[in-house]
Amino acid sequence: MIPTTYYLALSAILFSIGVIGVLVRRNAIVIFMSIELMLNSANLAFVAFAREFGTLDGQLMVFFVMTVAAAEVAVGLALIVAIFRSKASIDVDAVNLLKG
Amino acid sequence: MTISNLNLVGTLPLLFLSAWACGLLLVDLWIPGDRKHMTGWMALSGFAITFFWVSSNLGQREEAFGGMLAIDGFSNLLHLVFLGSGILATLLALNYLKQHDIERGEFYPLMLFSVVGMMIMSMAKDLIVVFLALEMLSIPLYVLVGFARTRADSEESALKYFLLGAFSSAFQVYGIALIYGATQATGFAAIGDAVAISGASPLLLAGIGLMLVGLAFKVSAVPLHMWTPDVYQGAPSVVTGFMSVGAKAAGFAAIVRIFFSAFHSLAADWAPVIVLFAVLSTVIGNVAAISQTSIKRMLAFSSIAHAGYVFVAIVPGGYGALSDFAASAVIFYLAAYGLTNIGAWSVVIAVDHADGMGSDISNYAGLARRSPGLAAAMTLFMLSLTGLPPTMGFVAKFYVFRAALAAGYTWLVVVGVVTVLISAYYYLRVIVVMWMNSGDGQVVTPRALNFTVGVTAAATLVLGLLPGPLMAIVESSVRGLF
Repeated sequence: MIPTTYYLALSAILFSIGVIGVLVRRNAIVIFMSIELMLNSANLAFVAFAREFGTLDGQLMVFFVMTVAAAEVAVGLALIVAIFRSKASIDVDAVNLLKG
Repeated sequence: MTISNLNLVGTLPLLFLSAWACGLLLVDLWIPGDRKHMTGWMALSGFAITFFWVSSNLGQREEAFGGMLAIDGFSNLLHLVFLGSGILATLLALNYLKQHDIERGEFYPLMLFSVVGMMIMSMAKDLIVVFLALEMLSIPLYVLVGFARTRADSEESALKYFLLGAFSSAFQVYGIALIYGATQATGFAAIGDAVAISGASPLLLAGIGLMLVGLAFKVSAVPLHMWTPDVYQGAPSVVTGFMSVGAKAAGFAAIVRIFFSAFHSLAADWAPVIVLFAVLSTVIGNVAAISQTSIKRMLAFSSIAHAGYVFVAIVPGGYGALSDFAASAVIFYLAAYGLTNIGAWSVVIAVDHADGMGSDISNYAGLARRSPGLAAAMTLFMLSLTGLPPTMGFVAKFYVFRAALAAGYTWLVVVGVVTVLISAYYYLRVIVVMWMNSGDGQVVTPRALNFTVGVTAAATLVLGLLPGPLMAIVESSVRGLF
């Protein structure tokens, strides 16, 4: 049986790749995909812990995270489409009307 | 799970509001496009019914859904804050949406769903519920922020809010996963037991930190505040007034519940982080607000600073006997901030025009001559946001600082008072511009807006002069909870 730590290490690596993706990439869709990667790395951690403990809470949480991620996709893609319609670009550096 | 510990009766107000929101989505289909304000009035009645329902039964202490939701004085009082901000924002929206030509029916159900999310957040006793509630309040807000679409600034602020919000909630989920891994539990009570036995492990502390990132983002605490000025400026002003109160109060509700009950025994570990948030937010928020010329950005930085003051009230929560005191200070501060801030945003809406002009502080010149009532109310709101008597803001700040003093954080109170002095500069500047400069900008004051301004101004003043009864209610509802 594969030890739980291996799964956790993989999930930490995936999470870090996601964070780096969000910070480095400039395309809104790719940033969004990186965020999904972070959510799924958390799912992997949940499942790994749930198998280790023999409880169901972690597996349950995964379903909620997937549902919420789906809802976020629906809203997020709609926003990105709206931006693309008015700017013909989804580069986040082009979205700079408001100075922060 | 048996029916008795499901306790559907206790959660009826919540279920009613959710059902009302779903029903409104359907009913809205039959309402013709030029009469969408009817949807608004129906949303308003849903809010009002739930408001009186909750306020008729403040003192209950129950649990629902097998201990995942708490129905107690803390959640009920915060429900009133959420529902109150929902009521006032809906009233403002009735005219605002028409005036800005974005009157679409789905605005109101989205607001109802967001309030339901906030209500669940303040009841949550399980990390799974915290996560779901946070998303339930955020996802409608992402849409509402971009509601004035085809207007570039609204779309842009929605994209920024969405990407950064999703980013921070991913941190939160990962944090919850690590906490689950360290304690084998997601319920606050079970986590508290596990932590009391095993103490702090690096895994647990990492989890707490990551989860705090998600919550601190929602309440816009420095250093997770970057989105706030842009989003507050770009979003439709009604939405900004609503989210600056509701989303912030919901975030703090979750922070209070998690840290006062689940991680109570780890106070020595988390208190320094909360102190750091408090100091950074009050200092950076207030200093950055000074140089703003747009009133919306100024209020955004002011809201960052106010998040800092709430963190000052949370710090004493780690000291066993003081946690009730801290929780009631948090509630009182959020109520005061909510009333004042929605009032201030209504004045902003009155001065703001459909073409986006009128959001500079210089546009307030001569407001006292053109519309003395509005200017007097704005003066009151600015005084209350500064924390000067005789307003509710003064009492709230006093309350917060007293809690921090009781826990021995004298230096933190000194920092707080100094930043209040800094904030006086930019708040009082608005008053000076209104009363002493001359100008001729127009204001739009429909009846609903006058009503909102009147109610919030009266409440700010009356509760500033006579805070006793409200304080007594807050303290007796929270006593013994944490």
